[in-house]
Amino acid sequence: MSGYLSAQLSILCLNIIIAYAIFLPAATGQLNLGAGGFAIIGGYVGGYLNSSFDGLGWAMSVSIPVAALITAIIAFALSFPILRTRGVYMVLATFAFAEVVAGIVLNLEVVGGAAGFPVDGHADLKILAPITIAVIVFCWFLLSTRFGLAMRSVHDDENVATLFGINVRWIRVAAFTLGGLLGGLYGALYGHQYNYIEVQNWNVLFNIYVLLYVLLGGTQTPFGPLVGALFFTVVPELLRALGESLNSELIADGRFALFGILIVLMMVFRPEGIVTRTLLERLSGRKTQEAVT
Amino acid sequence: MSQSLLELQSVSKSFGGLRVINDVSFAVEKGSRTALIGPNGAGKTTLFNLISGVYDLDAGSISIDGMDISHMPAHKRCRFGLSRSFQNIRLMPHLSTVENVMLGQHSRSSLPGQLFPIGIGRNRSVREAEDALQSAGLNTYPGQIVADLPYGVQKRIEVVRALMAKPKLLLLDEPAAGLNATETDALLDLLTQISATGVTLLVVEHDMHFVSRLCQDVVVLNFGEKIFHGTPQSAQQEPAVLEAYLGTDHVA
Repeated sequence: MSGYLSAQLSILCLNIIIAYAIFLPAATGQLNLGAGGFAIIGGYVGGYLNSSFDGLGWAMSVSIPVAALITAIIAFALSFPILRTRGVYMVLATFAFAEVVAGIVLNLEVVGGAAGFPVDGHADLKILAPITIAVIVFCWFLLSTRFGLAMRSVHDDENVATLFGINVRWIRVAAFTLGGLLGGLYGALYGHQYNYIEVQNWNVLFNIYVLLYVLLGGTQTPFGPLVGALFFTVVPELLRALGESLNSELIADGRFALFGILIVLMMVFRPEGIVTRTLLERLSGRKTQEAVT
Repeated sequence: MSQSLLELQSVSKSFGGLRVINDVSFAVEKGSRTALIGPNGAGKTTLFNLISGVYDLDAGSISIDGMDISHMPAHKRCRFGLSRSFQNIRLMPHLSTVENVMLGQHSRSSLPGQLFPIGIGRNRSVREAEDALQSAGLNTYPGQIVADLPYGVQKRIEVVRALMAKPKLLLLDEPAAGLNATETDALLDLLTQISATGVTLLVVEHDMHFVSRLCQDVVVLNFGEKIFHGTPQSAQQEPAVLEAYLGTDHVA
């Protein structure tokens, strides 16, 4: 496998994991623009635990899960104030959370502040790929349980969900916390993949992109974030390859403009995301009732 | 000896300065079919929302089967045998018919049971939901997203979903509204069938013909107060009820 390909596949794996981190709350109707906050906590906790020079020197097999768990605990505590907000205010609250985390870490000399922090243990594709597959299977399984049905019901109509015995707050807290767990996992894996982390890796643009993976992929099915992350990782690279092979500076230099136009078109034609329930129904070849009667 | 299943005692509710429900008391007998009627704005749906826990009471108490549920959180109430349908269809638009019906089973599931896959293959929960749809004559639509289904079908799916909670008391908010004669007959059959299994029905309905065909008991509300409780036949001769519906001039 070429270095380029394995580097791209590693990025894809990481993007898929963070997409699922944001998907889980989104599946219950919560928009989380704080992906970077989770990633920074996971990345720095994982890095600090692992680094033998500046940190505690723990093995990678311990530092990564512990980083994910600590992020989940923070997400759990944070979910109570954040889940009091709704809609666009929740977007702002989660965004503020990410900014606060970034601000704190930038001023934390123990982990190098703005200079960034080196991480020892290296997690290559052989580690990333199985974990990514496990994350996909976990989310797909979760959505197929009664708990998943409750999540999707809360997304559609929380008042009715309540009347059928669903504890809406608990479902929301659980989804947000599990999202935090995956976000921390992503951050820790990222640190171990690149062996160097800085707060700037997870800036505002990152938060927006991850939310777009999920919203453009579709929040109705567990396939959405997978498709969204694939699209956002692969299409810019394909546009680059296309530009190089056509020797066209317009495509090579303007690929992000082209990509932007593509996003706008998708929002116009697939406002509920690329993968929707109706699409899956059609693909599975079930006859619709209209066709029969 | 008949026992009451639902008991309301001096229930009151205000929104701001407006008293929407004022000192309402009545009891619904176990196994009975009771209608809750009244002119628009009388407080029928508000009373339903108080019973099911959407709103909290200001004063009074509500009990079901002897259990005081006055201030119990809404999501706990259906575990005590309370289930309902809605005036405007409130099915989950992004779920299939079977998934919507399975939502009704939620209150009967345990926490470990909630982590068991129900979306893969055909397990007990799926079969139960499909059987319930079949016995309501809705077996042709299991996998479809409900938003694409006809109105009358969606109305009946709501009733089936409510039944999935295995309620003792089923609250139905205008189940026949907007249905044509055939659909109304199908609904009436379904409700009679449900009642025969021992479920108590409390129905908000405007159509007096429908009410007199279904219910033995009628509670009439006007401006948030109970003005009558008796049989549908005697309700139609009660001056206070006629006055509420038609105005004083028409009362002989």
